[in-house]
Amino acid sequence: MSWLHIMILIPFLFAIIVPFIYRVFAPRIHTGWFVLSVPSVIFLYLLMYIPIISTGETILISVPWIPSYGINYTTYIDGLSLVFGLVITGIGALVVLYSIYYMSKLKESLHNFYVYLLLFMGAMLGLVFSDNILVLYVFWELTSISSFLLIAYWYQRERSRYGAQKSMNITIFGGLAMLAGFIMLSMMTETYSIREMINQTDSIYEHSLFLPAMILLLLGAFTKSAQFPFSIWLPDAMEAPTPISAYLHSATMVKAGIYLVARMTPIFGGTPEWFWLVTSAGLITLLYGSLTAVKQTDLKALLAYSTISQLGLIMSLLGMGSASLYYGTGDEASMYAAAVLAAIFHLINHSTFKGSLFMVVGIIDHETGTRDIRRLGGLMHLMPISFTLAIIGGFSMAGLPPFNGFLSKEMFFTAVLNASDMSIFSMESLGVIIPVIAWAASVFTFIYCMILIFKTFTGKYKPKKLEKAAHEAPVGMLVPPVILSSLVIIIFFFPNVLSQYILKPAMGAVLPAYSQPGEIEIKISAWHGWNTELFMTLGVVGAGTFLYLYLKKWIGIYSIYPYSMTFNNFYNQGLGKIEDMSLTLTKSYMTGFIRDYFVYVFTFLIIIIGGSMLFLDGAAFDAGNNAPVSIYEGVLIISMITAALTVLFSKSRLTAIVAVGALGYLVSLFFVIFRAPDLALTQLVVETVTTALFLLCFYHLPEIRREAVRVKFRMTNLVISLGVGAIVAILALSANGTRLFEPIAYYYENSYELAGARNIVNAILVDFRGIDTMLEIFVLGIASLGVYTLVKLRISGRDRSERTK
Amino acid sequence: MKEPNDIILHAVIKVAVVIIFTFSINLFFSGHHNPGGGFIGGLGFSAALTLLFLAFDIETVRQNIPVDFKVLTAIGVLIAVFTGVGGIVFGAPFLTQAFNYFDIPVFGKTELATAVLFDIGVAMAVIGTSMSIILSIGDDH
Amino acid sequence: MSLLVGLFFAIGTYLILTKSLLRIILGTSIISHGVHLLILTMGGLKTGGPPLLGLQDLPFTDALPQALILTAIVINFATTALFLVLSYRAYKVLGTDDTDQMRGNHDE
Repeated sequence: MSWLHIMILIPFLFAIIVPFIYRVFAPRIHTGWFVLSVPSVIFLYLLMYIPIISTGETILISVPWIPSYGINYTTYIDGLSLVFGLVITGIGALVVLYSIYYMSKLKESLHNFYVYLLLFMGAMLGLVFSDNILVLYVFWELTSISSFLLIAYWYQRERSRYGAQKSMNITIFGGLAMLAGFIMLSMMTETYSIREMINQTDSIYEHSLFLPAMILLLLGAFTKSAQFPFSIWLPDAMEAPTPISAYLHSATMVKAGIYLVARMTPIFGGTPEWFWLVTSAGLITLLYGSLTAVKQTDLKALLAYSTISQLGLIMSLLGMGSASLYYGTGDEASMYAAAVLAAIFHLINHSTFKGSLFMVVGIIDHETGTRDIRRLGGLMHLMPISFTLAIIGGFSMAGLPPFNGFLSKEMFFTAVLNASDMSIFSMESLGVIIPVIAWAASVFTFIYCMILIFKTFTGKYKPKKLEKAAHEAPVGMLVPPVILSSLVIIIFFFPNVLSQYILKPAMGAVLPAYSQPGEIEIKISAWHGWNTELFMTLGVVGAGTFLYLYLKKWIGIYSIYPYSMTFNNFYNQGLGKIEDMSLTLTKSYMTGFIRDYFVYVFTFLIIIIGGSMLFLDGAAFDAGNNAPVSIYEGVLIISMITAALTVLFSKSRLTAIVAVGALGYLVSLFFVIFRAPDLALTQLVVETVTTALFLLCFYHLPEIRREAVRVKFRMTNLVISLGVGAIVAILALSANGTRLFEPIAYYYENSYELAGARNIVNAILVDFRGIDTMLEIFVLGIASLGVYTLVKLRISGRDRSERTK
Repeated sequence: MKEPNDIILHAVIKVAVVIIFTFSINLFFSGHHNPGGGFIGGLGFSAALTLLFLAFDIETVRQNIPVDFKVLTAIGVLIAVFTGVGGIVFGAPFLTQAFNYFDIPVFGKTELATAVLFDIGVAMAVIGTSMSIILSIGDDH
Repeated sequence: MSLLVGLFFAIGTYLILTKSLLRIILGTSIISHGVHLLILTMGGLKTGGPPLLGLQDLPFTDALPQALILTAIVINFATTALFLVLSYRAYKVLGTDDTDQMRGNHDE
């Protein structure tokens, strides 16, 4: 265990003690103050790695977990995981601080909240730092589960439950697909380590499973990162408390898909399939998200769609950047490598400005009681600090200077322009579309940012429509967004520091050719002359402003598209259908009749044993081991058959019982013949006691009725029982005829020396296999207690029903 | 349970029960070397007891044999477990049985094995179980 | 011998598949006889000496199946008793011994 492992485990360990802290300090001190230490400590710890990682080094520490399957808990730090680790813990600390003021310590069940939150944090850290794909998968699903729990935090609300279920369905579906992809990958490479897979890229590419594995992995990534058409879960996830939306559903969890794509780029990248799938998914999502965001009236839904759109942007950048691997090194390669850099840069930027925007929306929700744009307005003078924060975040998202969003947006435009000039992957004909989509999506991004800022904060203040009188938030609630907003501005002015220490190592992790520092010079600068990118931004601002001013005129277009055609509707309908179908299916075989279940059991018995004997040639008859049948045995067998048949056809219960008893005695006689005196004795006594028991019980039970049943019923029974009988007979015969090895009983022959007993059977029972016997008398004791309880102690409910009968 | 007021039955059973008791105890101790053992001995014992219950009233027998058979089961299981634990105490695996020969004045050279202790536990558990089952059912009306 | 085991199983199965609780218990008890014989058969039916050392110098029959069966018999006894009492209580509470009428709540 290294410190790094411990750091990843800390959130889990702390999650265990949170309930106790809550119990002790509950209403006096907000639990969040204790929790705050966890992400802060880990954040500071991870900061120590920046100098090491920025020199191009990586750290690999392995701890065996399930060594027999080659599953090791290997933590791996490189630029990429470090970026994610810093974002997770940094934003995490701010979100916890924010939640201290957002979540009331009197009304909310904070222990649940922070346990889930810490669970998520630990899972997310484990996800980004693990090198073993199976460990990664475990953490991946843990994030889905904790997200489910957090969305359903206010489980009393129906929308929360719906949203939680939806996100769970979609992300777990994706996670399972990803697992299949992982398994295919490990089949191709015979390793579970991502490091080692990257070294085998060539053989992977030629493998026939390459494409399926890639598609399955991307399914996982796309569902997690809410890429079109799997994006439908994210808006519904907004039912979670706002700190959670800020944390999970904009800054971290949805970026897990981005992380996976970035992590897998060295393995799959440089191929046309990867390039097209990732880029087009990203671009479509970008356009779809920004278009849909414009029509939202709920602030959080608007932010949700904007997150979808921004995630699409990052995804498409990663897709375009993967082209760099095609070229390997050289000018063109570094041109596309810039796209990867832009992706990571935008990822950080997005976490900062979107985090602060979410917190501002949370403040608005918290202080006014609503998030509906139609009811808000004129908050500028009432909440000046929130207004400033919203402007910083919103303008950054829209891509305006002097905020970091401008830089990454410019880099995005550079990347799409480069991509449209690309001469590989049949880009000559289709390349033109990419800048057009990117530009159009940016226009709509601009529009919804303006809606977010100006519809809420300017215009007329409508106090009558609000539940509370609006006022500025408490200081503690403002601190986290202020920190994030100042980061937004700081990054704008000093992007190259960030680039040097954090972005380039991360890029090196995605594109191994650039893993050493100094191999590539990419300067991020705010001003690079009057070039196409700048004109595109100007065009975005112009067209955006124009469309925003005339929003009322064309917003009606959205209502043309019918709801029944949306993916949301498909999802709801599909889910309903599946539930109905599975209910019908289950009801069709879970009839509640015990006989039906017995029929299943016996049928499967016949099929499985018979089938395996048939296919594995298990049925072998060898009469050589059989002893000749003597007259005594013949007589015994005949009388046993008679007794058994008597049970079958007897009309009175007494006959049946006596016949079964007779059968037992005959069996004990058989034991005598086969030289088993112990058995014979035991069987004899047991049979006596059992028969007495039967008689006692049947004194109370009713007479066997003539069963007036249909012939078909009887025929089924007959066929099944004959089948079982035949199968068992064959089994017995072949077991008799097959001798795979010497009977181990010969080892017991020295029982006298070992156990001082001449009776081998008894020696086996009490000495050699003593534990068996001990547990057997345990069973006996339990059975007698069960009988006693059943007879003597009556549950009051049962007693009542007995009386009513 | 109805009381079968039958003198012949009573007379026969009084004798028979003693014989069965003796036989089952014999079975129990011979189990180490000859057919028999804890299970059989215990079952035989409980068969005899059942016979008593059948012949006489449950209440009558219960007054004469004031044993709670559930407790007997528990004691039996405990004995079995403790002989096992005894093995651990002497540094051997759980349930290791030991035996040795002792010269006991009346019986002469006798073998004493912890396996017999274990078997006593088994027998007690068996008796307890079967009797408590039968009594529970028989009691219930 | 093996055929006998098969017959036991067939009859036991048929009884279990009927609707009456009584017959089901009888069926299980017959099947358990079948199982005992099956184990004994698997151990080989060489009619050698009983597995008692020092009795005579014959080859022994396989002692291991016997020990297994001995355990099986006793456990079978306990479970049969439990099953009996269970059905007895079920009959007393529900007033029927027909498994078809013993269904739980209908809206599971």
